[in-house]
Amino acid sequence: MTTRTSLRVQEPTPETGDSRLPAVRPDELRRHLPGIEPERQLNDWGRSERVEGFMDRTLVDFFYRYWFRCEVEGVENVPASGGAMLVSNHSGALPPDAAMIGKAIKEEHPHPRPLNITVEHFFKGYPGFSMLIPKMGCVAAHPANVQRLLYDEQQLVLVFPEGRKGTEKLYKDRYKLRRFGRGGFVEAAMRARTPIVPICVVGAEEAAPVFAQMKALQRLTGLLYFPITPTFPHGGPLGMLGYLPAKFKIRFLEPIRFDDEGMHEDKALVQTVAHEIRGRIQENLFEMVRTRKSVWFG
Amino acid sequence: MTESRRVLVTGVQTYWGYRVARELEQRDEIETIVCVAPEDPLGELDRAEYVKVGSQHALLRRIVDAAEIDTVLDTRMVVNSISTASRLAHENNVIGTMNILAACSGRDTTVKKFIFKSSTHYYGSEQDDPAFFTEAMRRPHAPRTPIERDIVEAEAAVNDFNEKQPDTSVTILRCPNVLGPDVPTPLRDLASLPFVPGILGFDPRLQVVHEDDVADALVHVTEHDLPGVFNVAADGVLALSEIAGLLGKPFLPFLPPWGTGLALAPLRRLGFNMPPELQSLLRFGRGVDNRKFKATGFEYRYTTREAVLKLGEHLRLSPILRGAREPYRYEREVEEFLRWSPSVQGREKEVVEPPPHPEPEPVATEPEPEPVPTPSAARPVDDYEELEAEEIISMLGSLEREELEALHALEGESRGRGSVLHAIESVLARSPAPH
Repeated sequence: MTTRTSLRVQEPTPETGDSRLPAVRPDELRRHLPGIEPERQLNDWGRSERVEGFMDRTLVDFFYRYWFRCEVEGVENVPASGGAMLVSNHSGALPPDAAMIGKAIKEEHPHPRPLNITVEHFFKGYPGFSMLIPKMGCVAAHPANVQRLLYDEQQLVLVFPEGRKGTEKLYKDRYKLRRFGRGGFVEAAMRARTPIVPICVVGAEEAAPVFAQMKALQRLTGLLYFPITPTFPHGGPLGMLGYLPAKFKIRFLEPIRFDDEGMHEDKALVQTVAHEIRGRIQENLFEMVRTRKSVWFG
Repeated sequence: MTESRRVLVTGVQTYWGYRVARELEQRDEIETIVCVAPEDPLGELDRAEYVKVGSQHALLRRIVDAAEIDTVLDTRMVVNSISTASRLAHENNVIGTMNILAACSGRDTTVKKFIFKSSTHYYGSEQDDPAFFTEAMRRPHAPRTPIERDIVEAEAAVNDFNEKQPDTSVTILRCPNVLGPDVPTPLRDLASLPFVPGILGFDPRLQVVHEDDVADALVHVTEHDLPGVFNVAADGVLALSEIAGLLGKPFLPFLPPWGTGLALAPLRRLGFNMPPELQSLLRFGRGVDNRKFKATGFEYRYTTREAVLKLGEHLRLSPILRGAREPYRYEREVEEFLRWSPSVQGREKEVVEPPPHPEPEPVATEPEPEPVPTPSAARPVDDYEELEAEEIISMLGSLEREELEALHALEGESRGRGSVLHAIESVLARSPAPH
């Protein structure tokens, strides 16, 4: 028999002397989350500390420190405890922004926390990606997954509301935000009553510029899209990692809080808030690009 | 609160029905256990009574009414498309369920509780699934395999029954793949290979449950009143590679990611058979949220990891133990003899309840228990008052019908011991009616 430590969630124990099923409130269910088995190398989401730690020490560390020379502002806006949703702009053929945001929180934040990155369902169905992506801390962007991570497990979740529309856009459209989905991310944060921290990333557009999209090759390979970048496809699959050494700047904005219950049912409010968050990120992006002297040296 | 006293268990010819009947036999608060199955039970039954009956609802209805069944445990669901042909599985899973539901419905039915064992195949396994299915979620796509179609259809029938019978409490338990030493499942077959097969480029997340936990869960819902749907799955979702590691076997993802079905066709000839519902599971995996059932006070004995480790231990030992245990064969005559013959000694288990009032113990003075009285010695009913319940029951088999009826009346007048009355009724039900 192994020892099991419970997740650290303090909740009052409900009085259930009756054998009938009590009307279980969602916050009571939190107490019944499975415990963590320390002998395991993976967690229930399939995240592997070994794979993630290896990537973090090698590739991510190299890109963060020496290649992109990331500059971080306002990392204290990420809460030190409790669930929070991070919302960022998205770009680059194989986007490097998510890994850099995760690394920034690990390196600069006074209470480093793991980051869960939401990705398209496509990755679960594509051989290779399906095996590797969850091990590195990515989960499919399903509303139920986001709710469980934010509300039940009180974790950090990184969301890109632009989705693939952000990463497939061409170099000429850089730093122009696409539509922010249908506001589903705001609804999810409101339902979980967790704050949203908007994030602006500058540099990723120049690090992996997309010059064209090949529709025919996309169909043939079954990938999400098939971009032409400085090193892909002629550099082979690893050409996806052929980033140019642009200077990265990551800015964490003031969190927006949703403390009232039932806010997510007001669709008009959801849309308004989504629109406002998009506006805030766009405004800051333009300001950061305007004050940037050089693409390569910041 | 519905109290389960008189239980009908279906499917004792398969592992689950038999296992649950055995578990219920040990609960004293359960008065009667009637097992129905189209084939002989998997092993010997002690207190439970076995009736060989198919899924004809008219016959089931008569049994339910006659035995005044208050709880029906339906565990027949077939979720293995290799062991059962799909037409037979459909017959059993859908038509059989409808017949059993028909036998329990109606305004004057005695059934107060209906428990249905289903499977998490209900949710399917697709690319855009959530990481953890909760009970309230519907499957995002239409079912693709015959087994999944059957499960969805059978659950729909149970839901329909639930709506039409507001007085009957309906519980559905959805179990994932079961791992355990005794129950054969497709996933267990995969785990018994010298390596753990997989699809290239995929490492699915899987959740299992130990067979003991499923049996406990079925007893838990029998003892408590828990209407609704519950996922019965162990804590922890493991990647297939992790399962292979725990079993101490190499993980070989040798199946091609494209054209997996085609690649499996020649392998089937070689005896490597993989049911279609497992193919999608090996690609996308599945996790379920088990918290709703835990909130009812149920505690699992094993996590997914512990269940896999347990199976690993069993698999290492099983080649040594092979053939050590004789398979059980149900012999009606032997069962009748054991149950009703006066020559069989020590039938303590037949005595369900202790006598209602304390009585002097004649055995206390003698070191040896009294030999079973011969019929001739026991027949004079004058000293009937002095006989123990066990002694009366042991001689019932030798009595004629009229005598039994007289004895029944006498017992009802004098002491009214439930166990004795019940035993007499059982014998009466078996003996041929006078023409």
